[in-house]
Amino acid sequence: MRRRPVQRAMALVGHRALILAFTGFAIFPFYWMVITSFKQNSDLYVGASNTSHNPFIFNQPPTLAHLKILFQNTLYPTWLFNSLWVGALVVLITLALAVPAAYSLARLSGRWGERLSIGIFLTYLVPSTLLFIPFSRLVALLGLQNQLWALVLIYPTFTVPFCTWLLMGFFKTLPKEVEESAMVDGCSRLGAIWRIVLPLAVPGLLTIVIFALTLTIQEFVYSLTFISSVERMTVSVGVPVALVRGDVYYWGSLMAACLITSVPLAIVYNFFLDRFIAGFTIGAIK
Amino acid sequence: MTTAEATLAAPSGNTAETLSRRDRRLGKLLLAPALAYIFLLVALPFLLALFLSLTNSSAGSLDFSFVGLQNFKNVVTNAVFLRALRNTFIFTFVSQLLVMVLGNILARALLKSFRGKLLVRFLILLPWAAPISLATLGWLWIFDSTFSVINWLLKVAGWLGPGQWYYWLGDPTLGMVAIITVHVWRLLPFSTVILLAGLTSIPAEVHEAADIDGAGPLAKAFQITLPMMLPILTVAILFGVVFTFTDMNVVYLLTRGGPYNSTHVLASLAYQEGVLGGDVGRGASIAIFLLPLLVVLAVVMLRVSRRAEVV
Repeated sequence: MRRRPVQRAMALVGHRALILAFTGFAIFPFYWMVITSFKQNSDLYVGASNTSHNPFIFNQPPTLAHLKILFQNTLYPTWLFNSLWVGALVVLITLALAVPAAYSLARLSGRWGERLSIGIFLTYLVPSTLLFIPFSRLVALLGLQNQLWALVLIYPTFTVPFCTWLLMGFFKTLPKEVEESAMVDGCSRLGAIWRIVLPLAVPGLLTIVIFALTLTIQEFVYSLTFISSVERMTVSVGVPVALVRGDVYYWGSLMAACLITSVPLAIVYNFFLDRFIAGFTIGAIK
Repeated sequence: MTTAEATLAAPSGNTAETLSRRDRRLGKLLLAPALAYIFLLVALPFLLALFLSLTNSSAGSLDFSFVGLQNFKNVVTNAVFLRALRNTFIFTFVSQLLVMVLGNILARALLKSFRGKLLVRFLILLPWAAPISLATLGWLWIFDSTFSVINWLLKVAGWLGPGQWYYWLGDPTLGMVAIITVHVWRLLPFSTVILLAGLTSIPAEVHEAADIDGAGPLAKAFQITLPMMLPILTVAILFGVVFTFTDMNVVYLLTRGGPYNSTHVLASLAYQEGVLGGDVGRGASIAIFLLPLLVVLAVVMLRVSRRAEVV
């Protein structure tokens, strides 16, 4: 603390430079999406060997042409809708399965519940890249090839374990006395859960709704494997797979699609990130 | 640590004894749907993956016959597979190493308070929060063969002379550099936030006590911070490894495993063989190679969580 002012100033500058460098690395691709989305084609496709043309700035006035193409001439709006539709159903299924299970593990299962909950969490680690092959058999068997219902059926395999785990942690933080006093007043256990516990758990429920939704919209492997018709694709697959026509990339519209999809998701996600991280670190921090 | 374990473990021990039989029955009933779903759609498919790897099942038909370990025999002598196996380990190891070093630096920098910290935190977290397939597409454009902004910078800086050019995704080595860059970019926020949570959980008194005892910065780092951070470091590394080791998005979207199958990882190769190529048995047997490492990680996970005993 008793360092000289010069040293302190240097440490300060170093710290700011470090923060700036990391922030730059993190946001550069997003900056690049923004500038690409609004550049005119003649400003965009100049070629990197031309050193006199600075690609970081608008050399010609910005344009909305790429956005217009994206919304009027591509299936992007349909893909967004498909993603939201699948997302909404997956959220409902996740809530229906995870809420009772989480409550049971937190309050009604005693010791073996702890072991079981770790087991459930570990299933979250079984990767989609191992399961997509057996799922492709299952989907064929059920006749769900190329249908969004296949995704509705399969996506809860990663939302349910994680959301159960998160919500269980949340239920454990609620004092037991709240339901106990309601039960003394004549409520049944289920009545107490419905009328007392769930209203108190709204922040926790909101968190898992957000996570189930964002994880679903972000998912790529299953959607790529099971959906082949362009008009049934979800946004995370439609944009990289079907917005490219032949070998021609429409980079302006592509980057606009990436930007418009990513930024709102990222903002929502950010608000809930601390809870999400808490889900991973339960047990490692005291 | 032991006292914390005892106090935290105690309440759950008590519930076990005070739970009535009706509550236990209700507990099982509430748990049943989720367990049934996980059993049917995670456990059974998982076993089916093991089973399919022993068959000559193909995408066109539901008929198959049992071929024993033939798929594995074919796979382990295949040069493309061996390359993919090696790549998977290289990508995982190198990107985790970079993420751990950079994540520690960044977490320490974020520990200080400064103006605009909330905004910086938001911006730094963006790569983790954005959908991976779309973020990778952004990088695809950055690494474009003709319009790469990196090449423009290198030209301007004089690194690339006239006639020299980097084909980022058309060269095995540069392709691997590109893939690792994207992995590091995506995982850095995740690990940083976890490490930051660990750093802030070390009470300031511990550092003050060490200062009073005359501990230098090096002694503090190795005798206080590192041991206290060990569980959280384990968690950050475990999840980072799982996310990188099993990922196929980045490879699939950047290079499709090319050029000449030189940048495949196990997951993308399993997809190419099992789904695009239609050889389900072969694809399954490649994906199975993800398993041993995952099992090891799961065991480490269990040990960490058991030692902490707080669930």
